Amino acid sequence: MHDTQIAEKLDAWTREVVAWHFNEATGSRFWLDFRKKIGWNPETEIKTFGDLSKFGEFQDSWLRKSDVHDWIPKAYVSKPIYVFETGGSTGVPKTRINVEDFRIDYKEFSDYLCDEDFPRGRDWLFIGPTGPRRLRLAVEYLAQARGGICFCVDMDPRWVIKLIKRDQLDVLEDYKAHVIDQSLTLLRKHHSIECLFTTPKLLEALCQKVSLKKQGISGVVCGGTHMTSQFHRFAREELLEGAAFVPTYGNTMMGLAKSESWTEGKTDYSIIYYPPLPRAVLEVVNPDKPSETVEYGKRGRVKLTTLTKEFFLPNMLERDEGTRHPPCEQFPWDGVKDVSPFQQGESAVVEGVY
Amino acid sequence: MLKIPILRQGMPYFSLEEKSLLDHRNGKILAKVSQANTGLILRDLKQYQKSWGRLQEFSTEEILSCLEKASAIFLEDTLPIGKAEEEEQSPEDFLAMQSATTAMPIVMCRRNMDKVGRVLSEMKTVLASLTSGLPFEVLNQGYGEHQGKTVSYFPVGKSFSAILPNNSPGVHGLWLPVLALRVPLALRPGTQEPWTPLRLCWALQKAGIPLSALGFYPCDYSGANSLLTNCDRGMIFGDGNTVKRWSKNSHVEVHGPGMSKILIGEDVVEDWPLYLDLMVRSIAENSGRSCINASSIWTPKYGEEIAEELAKRLAQIEAKALDHPEAPLAAFSNPKIAQAIDKSIAQGLKKPGAFDLTARFRSSERIVHIGRSTFLQPTLIYCPDIKHPLAEKEFLFPYASVLEMSNEKMLQRLPRTLVVTAITKDLNFEKELLEHSRIDRLNIGAIPTCQIGWGEPHEGNLFQLLYRQRAFQKA
Repeated sequence: MHDTQIAEKLDAWTREVVAWHFNEATGSRFWLDFRKKIGWNPETEIKTFGDLSKFGEFQDSWLRKSDVHDWIPKAYVSKPIYVFETGGSTGVPKTRINVEDFRIDYKEFSDYLCDEDFPRGRDWLFIGPTGPRRLRLAVEYLAQARGGICFCVDMDPRWVIKLIKRDQLDVLEDYKAHVIDQSLTLLRKHHSIECLFTTPKLLEALCQKVSLKKQGISGVVCGGTHMTSQFHRFAREELLEGAAFVPTYGNTMMGLAKSESWTEGKTDYSIIYYPPLPRAVLEVVNPDKPSETVEYGKRGRVKLTTLTKEFFLPNMLERDEGTRHPPCEQFPWDGVKDVSPFQQGESAVVEGVY
Repeated sequence: MLKIPILRQGMPYFSLEEKSLLDHRNGKILAKVSQANTGLILRDLKQYQKSWGRLQEFSTEEILSCLEKASAIFLEDTLPIGKAEEEEQSPEDFLAMQSATTAMPIVMCRRNMDKVGRVLSEMKTVLASLTSGLPFEVLNQGYGEHQGKTVSYFPVGKSFSAILPNNSPGVHGLWLPVLALRVPLALRPGTQEPWTPLRLCWALQKAGIPLSALGFYPCDYSGANSLLTNCDRGMIFGDGNTVKRWSKNSHVEVHGPGMSKILIGEDVVEDWPLYLDLMVRSIAENSGRSCINASSIWTPKYGEEIAEELAKRLAQIEAKALDHPEAPLAAFSNPKIAQAIDKSIAQGLKKPGAFDLTARFRSSERIVHIGRSTFLQPTLIYCPDIKHPLAEKEFLFPYASVLEMSNEKMLQRLPRTLVVTAITKDLNFEKELLEHSRIDRLNIGAIPTCQIGWGEPHEGNLFQLLYRQRAFQKA
């Protein structure tokens, strides 16, 4: 999977994180109770990252149904705790606690950004989901870490999903226009904004109304939803007018995956995401046998393992699929190429002739 | 590998996102179709005001002349298809490719091609019918004399999107009048049938229609929604669920399931044997793939007898290889859909009150395979229980139910129906049908449901969708 050095580092970090979460002095109630039920001792039996398969698949319901306090490691009970949510357009969302993780992840992300494209000391505009999600705080911290401030416009994805399910496309369009109008107001008022963080759809909608170049935007980070290589190309060729473009893949459970830096003259617009190893690992697995990693170049379901001292999440099957991609110089570990929603299903009866 | 482009205002664009178009017989990839992302569509639509302006430089007469030329080009020429200079398609290639991806017999593809060609060559008549004979000068300059009065019409739609189907290529005749009305088009082809709209675009270009008036955007549902939402006017073909969201939008002409029917009046029911051929044709023409095919026969009596005779005749329509010159049935490009339909009918028949009479006369099962093509053979269901779940179904093959009810009950029960053929001479019944608001096309007398004139309004009138009359005086 990785070269020896990377693998050793990952194994060592896995042992440290597992020891932390399953230790009475530092671990969370959820994992300590879990240990009592499984009849084996993770502290002694998990020696490598591969050993995490002993936990089996992580169940979504553990995050939906359990008491969120059970997830706070004892070592952090006296710290200010954030709780972030994911999903929840219908029913109970999944929750994850945070202390410093979002800052650590986004500081690391800040170090990866190019200062020329995302100038230090300049301001950011974030257009995307705020509310119970970590993204708003994370992007705000990213701007702060780079010496700027972050203006925010909220887009509530739960409302968007409801509108789509209800077929209220006209209301959806109005809502999108409402979000974009607020963004334009900020861009026109605050000329210090030079960096943008948004989703692909909102970037398209914004560029329908305004020239990024004329607004002085020099760098765009784009993520939060799926992005195709075609969108990537389209953005570079027709939307960005020379602004730098950094695609990201992230979620509340993982943090932020990065992509290989773009170089002028490149013609391959495939987006390959590399997880923030060793804090999170993405694997591409056989959907029917999730313990089995697929070969390089093959598609499969994305499996996430998060390994931080705040949060331990082994073997969670994402609702995404992708192609397993070999390491690159910038990120010497496995990446995931062309991420898209996981597809599985049978043909339905088609009725009606039109 | 054949690569089908997006046409961005007539200019080929090859996307990095492609969908494979498979030959249903062997699963081999026949072509890769470029997919347009939503942002690209929205960006192009911003140019449509200019495209509309470009079309206004032509008179209606000039456009009609282009369309007439396009008819011959569409029917006879070898045209570009992929990378313009490298890949071309003869009419025979077109038919073979269309048959391979849609599973429609070549002979039927040819018939549909001819039908579309005819709409182009007869556009003058179509336009006259849609505009109730309005002189072209009214369209060209915005006002003029009509029936002794000064009239004026102004355009309310300067861009038009069409979300197109896979089931029957003949329906492409429905959006072509938009060009005659000098409005630029943004087409979203069906996933398995990009062939006809693409060939039409190339033929129209070659005939002199400005490049900028023709957009061809294969895309997903989100792209299709963007086209409909962001063009001034549009049309959509789709199943009940697909079109439901647009059904109350007055800017969109909706072409949902036809649920077309034949009603036999109480006054002529004793003569029912005379109408059997008409009923069979209405059910089975074009392999039952059109919204104008009948999916139900309503009769005041002799339901079982009619059903039995129809079943005998329909059972004689047997699947043949798709290249057979008399192939009467289309196959299913996705055999799983045929299996699912077959299973759902079998499931329905388990409930008392419905009988598959064709099963008695068929020499094989409903589902058959010829080579690697999967067919569903004609199925006639007699439903003594008119509330039976199989009584009001419509599928993508020759399928119909026979139900018994009085004239009065027919009028009460009639849902929104695309074509009603009412075989009656009873003037009261005729009057009630004429006043019925849920019938789109009404045939009184022995006219097959599938016999239509393209100039007549079909689920709406494009001229009325694209133009509005205003009061006008000029001193």
